[in-house]
Amino acid sequence: MSKLLLIIKREYLAKVRNKSFVIMTFLSPFLMVGMIVLIAYLTKLNDNEKRVIAVLNESDFFSNEFITSESTSFVKFRDISLEQAKDSTMNMGYYGLVYLPNENNLEQVSQRSFFYSKEAPSTNALERLERIFKERLKQERLREFGISASEYAEMDNEYELNISTYDGEHNLKGINEIKAIIGGGFGYLIMMFIIIYGGFVMRSVIEEKTSRIIEVIISSVKPFQLMLGKIIGTSLAGITQFGIWIISGGVLLFVAMALFDIDPTSISEGGMSPGIGNTPNPITSSADTTMLLYAQEILDIPWVLLIFFFIIYFILGYLIYSSIYAAIGAAVDNETDTQQFIFPIILPLMLAIYVGFFSVFSNPHGPIAVGFSLFPLTSPIVMLMRLPGGIGEGGVPIWQLISSILILIATFIGIVWLAAKIYRVGILMYGKKPSYKELIKWLKY
Amino acid sequence: MNHILVANKVSKSYGGHTALQNVSIEIPKNSIYGLLGPNGAGKTTLIRIINQITYPDQGELLFEGQPLKAEHISQIGYLPEERGLYKSMKVGEQALYLAQLKGLSKTDAKQKLKYWFDRLEIGDWWNKKIQELSKGMAQKIQFIVTVLHEPKLLIFDEPFSGFDPINANTIKDEILKLKENGTSIIFSTHRMESVEELCEYIALIHRSEKILDGKLSDIKEAYKKNIFKVALETQYPMELLGQLKKGFQVLNSEFEANQLSFSVQLPSSNSGELLSLLGSKGNIKNFTETIPSTNEIFIRTVESKGIAHE
Repeated sequence: MSKLLLIIKREYLAKVRNKSFVIMTFLSPFLMVGMIVLIAYLTKLNDNEKRVIAVLNESDFFSNEFITSESTSFVKFRDISLEQAKDSTMNMGYYGLVYLPNENNLEQVSQRSFFYSKEAPSTNALERLERIFKERLKQERLREFGISASEYAEMDNEYELNISTYDGEHNLKGINEIKAIIGGGFGYLIMMFIIIYGGFVMRSVIEEKTSRIIEVIISSVKPFQLMLGKIIGTSLAGITQFGIWIISGGVLLFVAMALFDIDPTSISEGGMSPGIGNTPNPITSSADTTMLLYAQEILDIPWVLLIFFFIIYFILGYLIYSSIYAAIGAAVDNETDTQQFIFPIILPLMLAIYVGFFSVFSNPHGPIAVGFSLFPLTSPIVMLMRLPGGIGEGGVPIWQLISSILILIATFIGIVWLAAKIYRVGILMYGKKPSYKELIKWLKY
Repeated sequence: MNHILVANKVSKSYGGHTALQNVSIEIPKNSIYGLLGPNGAGKTTLIRIINQITYPDQGELLFEGQPLKAEHISQIGYLPEERGLYKSMKVGEQALYLAQLKGLSKTDAKQKLKYWFDRLEIGDWWNKKIQELSKGMAQKIQFIVTVLHEPKLLIFDEPFSGFDPINANTIKDEILKLKENGTSIIFSTHRMESVEELCEYIALIHRSEKILDGKLSDIKEAYKKNIFKVALETQYPMELLGQLKKGFQVLNSEFEANQLSFSVQLPSSNSGELLSLLGSKGNIKNFTETIPSTNEIFIRTVESKGIAHE
C-alpha cells in the first residue's frame, strides 16, 4: 500500500512541477477571463454604434414617429427635392434616407415610401424603420375600428397553459431544459476531465516507456500498482488544476467585471437579436412569481444527491477511461501512434454529450435517454444530465439509477482488468506498432 | 541451502511463441553466474520471471529454498537491459524514489545514497536533472539504484553495453566487491567474452532451452582438446619441425627468423614428454594450453546437439 502512495505522490509532483502544467494552470484563467472581457467589450462597442438616417417627409403623416433613439438618430430634411436630399445624405455620410411622398392617405404614403442607401441596409436598421410604419398603420386601423390605444393594450395578453403533475405540484415550462443544462454542466465537466487528464496518463505511460525506466520500476512494484498510482496521481493533479481554475477564474472574473464595468447580463443578451416582440411586454406581477418559482425549482434540485452521484459517476467514469488511456500508452512507442486508438475512446464521449444535449433536453426520461444512461461508456455523462430532475417519482426511476451504477461498476472491473493486461504486456514491448489484433493476442499472454 | 536461486523446469510461451522450454538452473550462493546465449534465446524472459515481472506457465522457482514470492522482490536487485531514468526528475529525488519502492525507509535510503554517491564521486549530482547528465553518468546512477537496498541476489542484463571502458571497470570492481561481501550475482549477456573472466558458473541458453550449464572451469576442462600453443627459439627450426611431426600431431606452424611457432594436439593432457624434448632443442618462449572460449564451447555444443545455428 505504501508503494502505491509513493507512486501517487511521485506522479502528482511530477505533474504539478511540470513547467507547461504550471503555465497552463495560471494562464488559462487569464485567457478565459480575457476572452469574456473582450466579448463583453466588443458587444458594448457594437451597441454603441449610432446610425444617422435622414428623413424627407413630404406627406402629412409621420410627423412624430421618427424619434431619435439610442442606436438611431433621425435628421429631418424640409423643403428640398428628393434628388437634393439624396445628395446631402450621401455628402453628410449618413446611413440612408427615408423618403415619404405626398399622398392622400396613410396607406398610400406607406406603400410608396422608400429607403435609399449606399449599400443594402442591415436587417436591424430596416426592421426598425418597418416597425415605425407598421405601428403607425396599426394605430390607424384601430382608430378606424374605433378602438382606443389603451383598449388595445388590454386586448393583448400573454397566455400560457398551466401545467402540473398529477399530485398537483406546479410544473414550469422550460424547467426540464434548465435542469438538463445544470446536469449537462456536470457531464461536460466529466468529459473534459477525461479527455485532458486521460491524455496526461497516456503521455506519462509513454514517457516511462521511452525513457526505459519502466522495467526498473516494475521489478519493484506490480504493473497494476504502477498504473493505478499513475491514474490517481494524475487525477489529483487534475483536480488541483481544476480547483485553481475555478477559484482564480471566479476571482478574476469578479475583478474584471468591477474594473471594466461590465454588466454580466449584457453578455448573454448581446447575442440575441434585439427587439423582435412588436408590442411592449408589460411586466406583470405574474412574471415575478414565475421567476420565483424557477428559483424555487432550481433550489429544489436535489443538490446533495446530485453532487454525491456526480462524484460516483466521475470516479468510475474517469477510472474506466483513464485505464484505457493507460493501456493505449503502454501499447505504443510514441504519441503519433496513438491516434488510431484514441478516436474510438472519444467517440462515446462525444456521443454522450450530443445525445445528452439533443435528446435528454427535450425528454429526460425517453427511451434514448434511458438507454444512454444505462450504457456504461456514456452513462456518467447522460445520467448526470437526467439526475437534476430528481430521483424516484417524476425523476429517474431508482431501478435505472441502480442498474446504471451496477453496470458501470461491472464495466469498470472488466475494463481495468483488460487494460491492466494490455498495460502489463505493452510496457515491455518496444519497437512495435501494434494493431488491434496484436492487442487481443496480448490479452492471452 | 547452497543455492540462492533454483529454477525447476520453467516454461513460458507468448501466444504461439515459446520463450522458455523446461529450463532448470541452479545458482550457487555467493557466486557469479553467467546466463549466456544469443539474442532472443530467452534469457530476458527467464530474468523477468525471476524478478516476478512475468510468471512462468510451468515450473517453479525457489529463492533460498523458499518458493519465490512477492516479498523476495526487496532481496533482488535488477539492472535491466532496457534501462533508463525519469528525464525531468532530479537525480537525488529519483534515486530516493526508486530506493523507497524497493522497501527502504526514506532516512535509510538517504544515508545509503550518500555513501554510494561519495564512493563513486558523484556527490554533486544530487540536484541535477537526468537530462543534464551524460549516458555514462546516468548509468552510474542506475547501478547505485540497483545495488542500494543491499539485495542478496543481483541480476545484470547486458551490464556493460553502453559503458565506456573506464566506467565499465569501475562498475566491474564494485560488483566484485559486492561478491566478496556475500552477494550472488547473475550476468546475462550475448557477448560471452565480456563476462567470461568473471563468471564461475554459466548456463548456455539457446532457442528457449538450456543446452549446457555448470562450473565454467569444469566445462572448459571437458571441452579442451589438449591443444598446446608453443613458441621457441632454435638454430634449426625446419629440422625441429620435421622431427616433431613424426612423434606428435602438429596442427599448424610458422617460422620467423630462428623462431618456430606451432600448435600441437597431445593424446592426453600430459605435456611432460613434449616439454622435455623441446627444452633440449632451444629456448621455450611460450607454452600454453589452448582453453576453448565460451563462444567456441557454445558453438560446439549447438553443433553437437544438431541444432542449426543462425
